[in-house]
Amino acid sequence: MTQAVIVARQFDDAEQQRKASDLGMWVFLATEVLFFGGLFTAYIATRLHDPQAFAIASRLTNVTLGSINTGVLLTSSLMMALAVRATKLGSGRAALGFLCATAVLGVAFLGIKFTEYVLDYHDHLVPILDFSHPGPHAGGVENFFYLYFFMTGLHSIHMIVGIVVVTVLAVMTARRRFTPDYFTPVELGGLYWHLVDIVWIFLYPLLYLVSRT
Amino acid sequence: MSTDGPSQGANSAPSGGSAAAKPQAWGDHASNDGPPRGANSAPAGGSAAAKPQARGNDASAGPMPTPRSYLDDGFSLWSWFSSVDHKRIAILYAVSITLFFFTGGVAATLIRLELITPAGDFVSAETYNKLFTMHGVIMVWFFLIPSIPSTFGNFLVPLMIGARDLAFPKLNLLSWYLYIAGGLFTVGALIAGGVDTGWTFYTPFSTMFSNTHVIAAVTGVFVVGFSSILTGLNFIVTIHKMRAPGMTWFRLPLFIWAMYATSIIFVLATPVLAITLFLLAIERFAGVGVFDPALGGDPLLFQHLFWFYSHPAVYVMILPAMGVASEIITCYARKDIFAYRSMAFAVLAIAIIGFLVWGHHMFVSGQSIYAGMVFSILTFLVAIPSAIKVFNWTATLYKGSIHFDAPMLYLLGFVGLFTIGGMTGLFLASLALDVHLHDTYFVIAHFHYIMVGGSVMAFLGAVHFWWPKITGRMYSDRWARFAAIIVFVGFNLTFFPQFLLGYLGMPRRYHEYPPEFQVLNVLSSAGASVLAVGYLLPLFYLFWSLKYGPRAGSNPWRATGLEWQTPSPPPVENFAAIPVVTAPPYQYSAMEIAPQPPRSRSAPAPRERGEGPGEGIPGKDAV
Amino acid sequence: MWDFPLHPPTDSSLATRVDHLFYAWLAVSGIVTIAVFFLIVYFAMKYRHGSRAARDLPPGAKLRRESHRIEIAWIVTPLVIFLGMGFWAAGLYYAHAAPPADATEVYAVGKQWMWKLEHTGGQREIDELHVPAGRPVKLIMTSQDVIHSFFMPVFRIKQDVLPGRYTILWFTADKPGDYHVFCTQYCGTDHARMIGRVVVMQPAAFQRWLTRGNATQSMAEEGAARFRQYGCSGCHGASASVHAPKLEGLFGRRVQLSDGSSVVADERYIHDSVMLPRKDVVAGYEPIMPSFQGEIAEEDLLDIIAYIKSLRDATPGEIR
Repeated sequence: MTQAVIVARQFDDAEQQRKASDLGMWVFLATEVLFFGGLFTAYIATRLHDPQAFAIASRLTNVTLGSINTGVLLTSSLMMALAVRATKLGSGRAALGFLCATAVLGVAFLGIKFTEYVLDYHDHLVPILDFSHPGPHAGGVENFFYLYFFMTGLHSIHMIVGIVVVTVLAVMTARRRFTPDYFTPVELGGLYWHLVDIVWIFLYPLLYLVSRT
Repeated sequence: MSTDGPSQGANSAPSGGSAAAKPQAWGDHASNDGPPRGANSAPAGGSAAAKPQARGNDASAGPMPTPRSYLDDGFSLWSWFSSVDHKRIAILYAVSITLFFFTGGVAATLIRLELITPAGDFVSAETYNKLFTMHGVIMVWFFLIPSIPSTFGNFLVPLMIGARDLAFPKLNLLSWYLYIAGGLFTVGALIAGGVDTGWTFYTPFSTMFSNTHVIAAVTGVFVVGFSSILTGLNFIVTIHKMRAPGMTWFRLPLFIWAMYATSIIFVLATPVLAITLFLLAIERFAGVGVFDPALGGDPLLFQHLFWFYSHPAVYVMILPAMGVASEIITCYARKDIFAYRSMAFAVLAIAIIGFLVWGHHMFVSGQSIYAGMVFSILTFLVAIPSAIKVFNWTATLYKGSIHFDAPMLYLLGFVGLFTIGGMTGLFLASLALDVHLHDTYFVIAHFHYIMVGGSVMAFLGAVHFWWPKITGRMYSDRWARFAAIIVFVGFNLTFFPQFLLGYLGMPRRYHEYPPEFQVLNVLSSAGASVLAVGYLLPLFYLFWSLKYGPRAGSNPWRATGLEWQTPSPPPVENFAAIPVVTAPPYQYSAMEIAPQPPRSRSAPAPRERGEGPGEGIPGKDAV
Repeated sequence: MWDFPLHPPTDSSLATRVDHLFYAWLAVSGIVTIAVFFLIVYFAMKYRHGSRAARDLPPGAKLRRESHRIEIAWIVTPLVIFLGMGFWAAGLYYAHAAPPADATEVYAVGKQWMWKLEHTGGQREIDELHVPAGRPVKLIMTSQDVIHSFFMPVFRIKQDVLPGRYTILWFTADKPGDYHVFCTQYCGTDHARMIGRVVVMQPAAFQRWLTRGNATQSMAEEGAARFRQYGCSGCHGASASVHAPKLEGLFGRRVQLSDGSSVVADERYIHDSVMLPRKDVVAGYEPIMPSFQGEIAEEDLLDIIAYIKSLRDATPGEIR
């Protein structure tokens, strides 16, 4: 059976707790935006420094896999949104299914990403390891890939955290921890997942689609 | 009569068995003990008194046993290191930042000793460079930034808004552990031989040329940044969602407004520093990166990213001090703050505009002159809300009833020294003048006037003001006032000559200097020795008070504010019943006149209310 | 007797004008600070608790009106004054931003921990800068390693010098004299020892110094020698078999790049073409030029740039 909502001692009631948790997650998302924002600024500045290099480099990324990944991630966000909705409506089984789908799609994303990394390694596109680019603008191309691995790597770390969170939510759902009256962690987990998705929405064109029109 | 008789007021600290009366507790005579009532309600309107409401899980049916103070809630080390009580975490921070303060102070002492003579004869150049770097890193990130928010913010935010704790107490404890972890990295870097890049870590020196432990140091700063972020997040959510009933936004004490504005900066600026230091560390470690022109990068990119955080960071260092100023000046002037709303909007304006001025650190860096002009204008704009605050504090004194206790002395000094610091900032905002003054001692004097003459003095004022509340003890006001004056004199003697040195052209971060600068340097070092005495004194009389000081009542200063409506030290749950707020803060004019207790020659004067024809007129509106 | 100057020696009209700005701010700050200090002390004394001063304030609405008026006064007045002085400073800054076209050029390279200066005639100096009085002097500066900053208090000017970029600093000295040069961007161990002198001389004395100096040949001649030494003429000379851009008449011209953009061939362009040749590839050419990063010192590159500048009016084929 479902359990009663546990209200922490500092809160007056469940409603205050929920609102506080909600605002807390939004503030946290703001910090994430600023965190990635610094990287986006570095990207913009470096690209303005040598736009030709970025055009060349972007065409060396694996746009097929990147595009598939975009579809995977967007779908996972849809699954997450449906999971939240199902929880809100009290359909525990549907919620569990959607949460599992989200996690699976997240893992698929990471798998495809890892494949890309391996392919990039074989193409000598990984700075620090064995980067080499025979064409013009080699320095700028290396800078692009440095940022590419940094930004997608940081994004992937956030994805891993997200997958762990979603898995934990799935387990809690299976244990009937959530009800239509109490599903805050699912909601907050959803917010986090959507943020990670939105970051990717910005990464994708900036990294894969420069000069591919 | 709104106050209880002295015998009940004495020994309000409900801790353990020492309730045996010590009626000489001199702060008690006018204390407002007894059940917390509707805070800030005009006592003349008796019916507005408390509707204490049971909130949350504390069903308040029936008489409550005397609650334990938070200090008595466990005595083991583990009870302290695992406590999620915001008050205990505040103490954890207080001890840690004090240790860091004196560490940074040792570095400063060695710097000033070296600078007594023009030759570099006291320490080697390498050591000197490490000294000023560690002084900056420790003082900025491990003392100033957490000083007021993490100690007084943590302790007071729930109390001032009538909550039982912050929104996320466990996150609060995590913040402290992150602070300590970051501190360990930095101290580790120090012990392993130090860092010599300056606290600003400019590239490519820090990434490609320095031979010191840069990565360890920036890791420490990276980690401590997350401490700030979580604290800011906690404050924002708490202030938004956990105010007591009746505590509308415009009934909040200005200290809370200041904490709120500070938290906005914590949350939005610190992540940019984090990613910048991350990029720096990778560049140094791996030799690829976006900051080194030899690799096709741009050193100015580092400066933009660094200052985008570090300028708002300096507002993190001053806004809490401004909040403290509004609390203390109103209390010891016995008067409402002048223009409350202006004060509240001013801190928000400073926080927001403060995000737009970072380029004024880069006027001669090679950035475009047009960018320089934009940043210059915006810097002048950000000065305006600060000026408003200075004028408003001054106006608060007008027709008040001024007391000269130590906290007030510190804060009056704050207003004056912050004015000087602020005005000299305008010299630096002026483009043609900054070309000459940039990277000279003028800049050092400017920011020390604000950070030390401003923030540190306000911090000390806060220590003295809330000491009775936090510890339940009174300290010797005579010694405290003496220390405040020593600090003020020592500070000016240390830093005023540095303005002159700067205009004369002495560059900063100089291990040795041309002989014509010696006289002013000697003056400055002499001042530093006086300042050191001023800083050490409180250690003695404050710690002495912990054991021997008279016990404080709940409100020894007869201040308004919910934190004074609960015993000193506060019980674990802060309030027996959450108060209901019905009036704005600082309603000093509405307080009743209490009879003057007799004054003995040996004991310090008990708290007295301002007397004068204008006092005590009920119903006087706050401006 | 200890004389107590407030400002360093002054030797240019700009320095004097900066001093005026400084003293104006001193006056404004002094007035504001003294006013605040005075009011604090005055109010604290007059209204100390127990004093008999009148403390009644006007009733609510009137008090609010008066307070608003006062507030507006002390917001608008400082705003106007601050912005006014800000614009004064910005105007001074802007007016001095661009050097005159006929300024005498001197090249400077900052490196840990010395300043290397070179006059166009080839005279080299370390940590000293000899300049003529009464004529504008323009420093074209770069760094060999980290960021430094060239500061001359006597002229109230400084400018950061960056690796991989050229920055400009210019001044017109009034009278002969000997003044400080400081590095003011922290640059490592001997940052405080990276100091020198700027020696302002009468024009005639300066000419004598130039001819007496250690120059065997001018910068351009030195640059020509370097140009051959590093094998540049192998590709850029008339008899080269490799298809490389011609450098005669190049300096100051607009160049079309392979990505469709165009850039003016200035000092930075030449510097980057030598050090980062893949960066700005000229349209119609292959990116086959090797990089000389780490092989050519910055001051030698300045000589080469001076040589290329001297070819500004040359016709193609002159380089052998």
